[in-house]
This record gives sequence, structure tokens and C-alpha cells, in this order.
Amino acid sequence: MSAVLCWQGELPPVNEREALRYAGVKEPSDEMTALLHECVALGEKLLAPRVCYAFYPVKRVEGGLDLGFAQTQSNALRRNLSGCDQIVLFAATIGLGMDRLTARHAQLSPVRGVMLQAIGAERVESLCDAFENQLIRQGYELRPRFSPGYGDLPLALQRDVFAALDCPGRIGVSLNESLLMSPSKSVTAIIGLLNRQQPPCAHRCAACTRNECLYRR
Amino acid sequence: MNITEYMKDHIVYLDGGMGTLLHSAGLEPGEPPERWNLTHPEVITSIHRAYFDAGSHVVATNTFGANSLHFGEQELERIIRAAVANAKAARDGSAGTQPKFIALDIGPTGRMLKPYGDLDFENAVSVFAKTVQTGAACGVDLILIETMNDSYETKAALLAAKESCDLPVFVSNAYGADGKLMTGATPAAMVALLEGMRADAIGVNCSLGPQALAPVVREYLKYASVPVLLKPNAGMPRVQDGQTVYDVMPDAFAQEVQALLREGVRLAGGCCGTTPQYIRALTQTAVQPVPVREKAYSCVSSYSHAVFFGKEPVLIGERINPTGKKPFKEALRAHDIGYLLREGIAQQDQGAQVLDVNVGLPEIDETEMLTTAVCELQAIIDLPLQIDTSNACAMEAALRRYNGKAMINSVNGKQSSMDAVFPLVQKYGGLVVALTLDENGIPETAQGRVEIARRILAEAATYGIAPKNLIFDPLAMAVSAGPGAAKVTLESVERIHNELGCRTSLGVSNVSFGLPQRDLINSTFFAMALQCGLDAAIMNPYSAEMMKTFYACRALNGLDEGFASYIAFAQQAPEAQPTAPAAVPAVQAQEGSALQQAIVRGLREQAALLTDELLSGTQPLCIVQQEIIPALNRVGVGFENKTVYLPQLLMSAEAAKAAFERIKTAMPAGGGAAHGPFVLATVQGDIHDIGKNIVRLLLENYGFQVVDLGRDVAPETVTETVVRLHAPLAGLSALMTTTVPAMEKTIRLLHSRAPWCRVIVGGAVLTQEYAHQIGADAYARDAMEVVRAAEAMEP
Repeated sequence: MSAVLCWQGELPPVNEREALRYAGVKEPSDEMTALLHECVALGEKLLAPRVCYAFYPVKRVEGGLDLGFAQTQSNALRRNLSGCDQIVLFAATIGLGMDRLTARHAQLSPVRGVMLQAIGAERVESLCDAFENQLIRQGYELRPRFSPGYGDLPLALQRDVFAALDCPGRIGVSLNESLLMSPSKSVTAIIGLLNRQQPPCAHRCAACTRNECLYRR
Repeated sequence: MNITEYMKDHIVYLDGGMGTLLHSAGLEPGEPPERWNLTHPEVITSIHRAYFDAGSHVVATNTFGANSLHFGEQELERIIRAAVANAKAARDGSAGTQPKFIALDIGPTGRMLKPYGDLDFENAVSVFAKTVQTGAACGVDLILIETMNDSYETKAALLAAKESCDLPVFVSNAYGADGKLMTGATPAAMVALLEGMRADAIGVNCSLGPQALAPVVREYLKYASVPVLLKPNAGMPRVQDGQTVYDVMPDAFAQEVQALLREGVRLAGGCCGTTPQYIRALTQTAVQPVPVREKAYSCVSSYSHAVFFGKEPVLIGERINPTGKKPFKEALRAHDIGYLLREGIAQQDQGAQVLDVNVGLPEIDETEMLTTAVCELQAIIDLPLQIDTSNACAMEAALRRYNGKAMINSVNGKQSSMDAVFPLVQKYGGLVVALTLDENGIPETAQGRVEIARRILAEAATYGIAPKNLIFDPLAMAVSAGPGAAKVTLESVERIHNELGCRTSLGVSNVSFGLPQRDLINSTFFAMALQCGLDAAIMNPYSAEMMKTFYACRALNGLDEGFASYIAFAQQAPEAQPTAPAAVPAVQAQEGSALQQAIVRGLREQAALLTDELLSGTQPLCIVQQEIIPALNRVGVGFENKTVYLPQLLMSAEAAKAAFERIKTAMPAGGGAAHGPFVLATVQGDIHDIGKNIVRLLLENYGFQVVDLGRDVAPETVTETVVRLHAPLAGLSALMTTTVPAMEKTIRLLHSRAPWCRVIVGGAVLTQEYAHQIGADAYARDAMEVVRAAEAMEP
């Protein structure tokens, strides 16, 4: 059940509204849109999207959840996984190229630094969406993805995620002592697989308790 | 017989996969396989023995992740000792009659090195060294560094192995389907790096099956002068009934690998998904070994690619050098690394293929500065670097940290120079620039310079440094001082090229010293030298004349397919006629002059052009007071009122900066910054600097002289700078909770040693209360607040 597989997905075109949202822009001027396009073109060739993932059974046990690769007491995750007896654990990255590009341009032009950073965020989220879509095409019904650090799910779970998926070897993502990932535009998450019809899922933001978050929808 | 001798005349068969076999023997997911050396020695020994029985000459110990990041010191030693003992027991128990060797297996740490990860290069070296020392003491025959997917970590491991034992070291990297390492290196770049550091065999393992790896293997065979090894996976994995299975079966695997043996691979085995069955299939058919030949490529490499010398001229950008450049010297004294980085990026944009790095100034610590410069440059620029110093200590420190095979500038015919530089080339690799001068100076004749070149070649050979790793600089002298000077240099280039078959490089600009219109002389001399066979020029990539000559010569020599580069260059080259700026359309709700509108809308080029126009009739300071500051204030107030977004604020700030730069050129010297200096840094341990760069830009806009110390800056460095400049203000940034203690320490040090200095802090994890708690004088939520606080606090 725990074989780790790799998926080298195709990224859809950049969702410009999302990228601008990550940059903190709601109504872009023409100049801002031009800057966005310029930065998208800069980044395009450097993207190296990679995903690795594994399926695990999930069990409710005394004091919390047994996720198959780790145990947790997170209530938020338990709510998220209600109705699931299987999960997909995955890690996704767009590669180190975007980090280098962002650092390079931040030296010359902070605004390009901000914009490239935002595009990187949009790209890795799009990669996660694309990965989810191919699971859906295989017939799975998914709960919203849930990452270590969301709600009361501790960030320290990252260590277990990395032990389970061997992210450094498979997709070139490593975990720092401070539990941050390199490349910085990387995501790890748990996706619950529904085994029967469930009420429609709320967006990820709804599951999060950080109401003051700048990026909350 | 040892492995080095054996592999001279034979194909060497390695072993196959270990992980899959351990899992089927009961290893739990997430359980470290290395522990099984202690808990299940019989299982490990039987797997090793099965490989020896199947015909493997080399079996690798079960120590892939056995390092001090994963295990405590005592357990680590016990694991490694047990692992070697298990392999020895297998060797002793095997019925195979072939010569049998044991390799200490070393895999990656799983951590990314700085600056994009948090593992320091020297720490990585120590981690690997510990494993190598323990394994070597147990009596292995060789070290096998494998499955490395980052060039920098590979270098750390190889360096550790070479420094910790005298055993042969084999190095194998894991390439992705794109034919590159995860962190970007091409096969040619890895061959350059690994051969330079004297790996005894190099190659490829894991990731893909033999056929999919063939293109990468062929690149190795093309460039490598040492034996090439191959350990592919049994194809690609898929899940079948909950089990991982691979799609290439033993016989097909053996045939595909044998085909590559016939192309020149000399060591072969398998990786994930392969079993003793695969190795047996592989060893059953005898293959005649293809001799390993010396390849004569002269090259250097970066973390991403190799640059070759010989086929076409290579441009080496000379601008990262303080000689004769006042702003550069000031930047070095202020530790302003950003200045160097921008100089590097600009040269690459102009077409430089290698960057010379010289940071020598009498009053700075060159070793520290050169190392920092190299690390920071290679973080954001993918060009190979030329380490330019006469200080052997600084040279070694920089070569050690360099992520690739560096160009080294320079050695010369003096015995003392060769004694200092050649051992470094021998250890770290490199293409070394050799100046044709010696204890008696620079010979006046070409004959004299060629003779020195011969002597340098002979001395290099005693260190095992091949002629391809030397590039001779026969020294361009000022033609104004001696009319024959240029001719002697050209003749030397030609003779070194023809008689010695060696590469040449010139610092072209010297030739025109003392003459007017130097670019004209330089570029003509460059063309003549290229015709004599010159392979590289250290030059100024901003010189239009030099670039014209470069592109024209390439085109005329048939090196520019379809004239693509020449045409692209020619189309952008003609000097842009100074044109009047396009009228800025009156934007609704935007008042103010054209310049103000350009700044508000963030139009860089237009802001600069409009400023130039205004400067013809207006005092520079008037433009600042009446145009730039009001425009900036409008945007700043908008930002504070949340009607303007951060990227817009930045676009305006960059436009204002462009306007300021025009004004600076028009102002009398000394009329620069009005406030400051403001010392700015991201604190030690923290590498996030986007926010800090935004603060710098805005402060500069508002007339502050900013000394930006960069990221990951030690408390001592911040304090020393503040004290030296008697700076009234300092700004510290931290993004991670883990680095706030470093911020606190910096504040404490500043307050004790520079009590006059007010400290403003900011960054994602900070709050007003937190800032107060760690002793900061002010907290700023965003860049505008830093400006406001700085203005309020300045004495």
C-alpha cells in the first residue's frame, strides 16, 4: 500500500488572477499586467514540476488518527478526513530554478522579486491542482488537500512526510531544520479519498483558523 | 590485485538493488535499512553473497544513509563496522571465483546545501568525512558515492573522501528525464567537476532504466578520460496489487546494459528494482572492454553547464575588479555584495560567458570576501567563475566553495607561483591561466614566452595536471611603450597554439594603455589575436567595439550558424537615436507633471528620459523637491491608505530611482545622499531578502545612504559596520522564528557597542510587542513604515 510513485505532470497556463492575488494586487494597471507577463516569460523555461505520492489507509484510533505513515491528534484533519478510509500523501515542487531566478531579479528589481515569488506560488498550487485533477480522472473523489501547519496539524509532521516519501531522492525537495522546504516553492499535503457520496467540500481556506491571513479568500 | 589495477584491463561488474530486497525480507516503511546491519546481519550478508555469486566484482555496503545527520556517533560507528563485516562475510562465503571488492556506499544526506537549503558546505564535508574515516578504518577497497542529485553535495562528498582516505573513489550521479541533475547540472558539467577533483571512476545510477539513461551515458563517454560506470534502474516503477514492480526484465536489462558496455562503459551494475538475477544475466555474456582514452577538452563549469575553450572564442567579463573603480572599492569596503551581483548579472546580459572575480583590496580580508563573493555569485548566476587572486589562501578558500570546475587566474613561470598554485589545481581541479613570465620578468621575444610556457607545462605534468587544463596568457603589453609589443604577443599566441597545441587567453585592454580611443585599438587587436588562434579574452563586455568585433569574427569564421547571433546583435546594436519620450497620456485622476505621472505609473525608462529633459533647464535639487518627492509621497500615502498595492509602490520606487540616477550624474560630487548612513541586513541564519531589498529601495528613494550588508549577516559584522561608519540607524530583517534570537543578539551588541544607533526591525514573524521584547527601538510593519520611522528617528 505504501509504494511511492512519481508523477511528472503538465502545468496548465498561469492563472494570472491568482498570481496577482499572491502579489497583493486586486485591480492590475496595464503596467502591472505587462510586468506580470514579462515575469511569467522569464520563469517559464525554468520550471521543473515534479510530484511524488503514496496511498495509505487512514484509521480512527484512540486519541486521533492513524495516517498509515504517522499518527496525529489534529481535530481539523480528522474533520477534513471524515468519510475517508484512504488518503493520498503527496509532495510537489516546481524546482530550484524559480528560487534562483527570484533571487537574481530581486537584486536588480524588488518588484520583479515580488512578482516572480507570486508566480512561483501560483505555479506550485496549480501543480497540486493538476495532480488532484488526474486523481479525479482516475475516478477518485477528493477532500480538499490539507498540509502540515494548517489548523492544528503540526508542522513537525513534515518529518514523517519526508521519511515516508523520500522527497530528496525522488523530487529533489529537502527539509530544513526549521521545517521549511527547499526549493521554497514546494508543497506537501494529505488528500482524503472519499468512499461514498459526501456533501460538497468547502474551500481549503474555510478549514483554516488564520482569519487575519492576507491571502484568505 | 586492487580495484584500480583490475579495472585497467577488465569490465567491472557492480551489484544491484538492496532496498527492494530488504522490504520483501520484512523491512518496515520508514525504518532505516542501515540498522539492519546490526539487527539482521544474516539477511544483509545473504544479499551481498547472492550478488558475488551472480558475478559482481564489487559489492556496496548497506550504508547509503549511514551518516551523522541520521545516527548518533556511537550507533553510526557500530552500523558502519557491522556493514563492512557483513560484506566481508559475504565475500568469504561466496563460491564466485572472480576478484571481489567491497565498496563503502555513500548516498546523499537528504538535506540541501546553503544558500537554498540550510546545510553548510563545510558541515556536509564533515558529515561525509566521518562516514569515510570509519569505513576506511574497517578495510574497504574503495568508496562509492552514489545517487547524488546535486552537484554541490557531490563535491562535498568527493572532497571528504579524498581528504579522509587514500582509497579509490567512484562517483555516480542520478539524472532526471531531462538529462540534468535536480539542481541543474549537465553531464558535461559533472564530468568537468569530478575529473578535476580526481574521481577514479564516474557515472550514472538510479532514476531511469538503461535505455532512458543512454543519452546521459553517451555524454559521459564523450567527455570523460576516466572509466565510466552505470547502475540503472530496472526501468520505471509502477504499482501492481500494492507492490512496486519494474518494467524491464533481467534479460532485456542485461542486453541494454551490454550495448552500453560495447560503447565504452567500463563498470556496470543495477539500482532500484534490480536483483541478483539481473546481475547474473548481465555477467553471463563476456564483453570486450573498450579502452579508456584521454579526452582533450579544455573546459570550466558552473552548477549548471560547462563552457568549452577551443571551438570558438570565450568572453571573460573583467568588471568584477576594484582596480581603478572608486564605486567598486567603496562597495567592497561597505561589504555591499549586491553591487558585485548586479555587476555580474549585467555582464552576463551583455554576453559574457565566464566572470572574472577579483576582490583584492589592501584593507579588506580577501579570503573572507572572495569566498562570500563566489558563494553569492554562484547562487544567482549560472556562469562559470574565474577566481582571480594572488593570495593562495583566498584562492583555496574560494576554490573549495566553488560549485563546479573553476577557471583560476593565475599561475606564472616563477617557481614560487607554481609551488603555490599547482597543488590547489591538483586538489580542486580547474583550468588555470598561466602567464608567460618568470623570475626574470616578461621576455621581450615570443621565443622567450614560448619557452616559459614549456617549462610551466613540464612542472604542471609533475602534479598530474594535463596540458588541457592550462590556458596560456602571453601578456598583452602597452603598444605605446614599445611599437613591437603587440606583434610579440600575437606571435606568442600563434606559436603556443601551433607548436604546443595549447589554449591561450589575453587581457586585451592593456594593449591600448596611454592611447586615445582605446576601444578602437583594443577591438582591432582582439580581431588580430583571434586570427592567430586566441581562445579567450578577458575584456569589458560593455565595450560596444569589442562586442562588435566578437560577433563579426564569429560570423566570418563560420562559427555562427545562419548568422543568428550576429543578426540578433546587429539589430540591437545601432545606438538608439535619442528620441523624445512618448507623451504620457493624461491618466484619469492623475495630476502633476509628466515626470510625476511617469513615477506614479512606474515607468522606468520614461522617468529617466523626462528627468534628462528637465535637467537642461532646472536645478537638480528642484526636480527632487518639486517632482520626485511629491510623486513618491502620493504613492506612499496611497499605499498607507491601501489604495496602492505593494508591487505598484515598488514600480514607482524603481522609476523614481531611475530618475535619481539621472540626477546624480548631473549633480556635483558630494551632493549625494542627504541622510544616513542606514545600515541594513537580514540577520544571521536567515536567507530571505526580498523584504529587505524593498526597504533598501524605498530608503534610497527618500534620500538615505543605505549600506546593505546582504543576508545571513553575523551580529559582529553589523556592529562593526555601524561603528566604522558611525551610522545613526540600522535596520534588521528576519522571516523565521528560528532566527529571531540572532536578531536579539545583534540588537544587544549594537546597543552595547554603538549606543548612538537606533535599530528598526521588521519581518514576517515580528510584531510590535515582540520587537519591544527583543530590545528594538522601533518596529516597522512594512517598507513605508521603515522610511517613516527612519525620518522620525534621525538625529
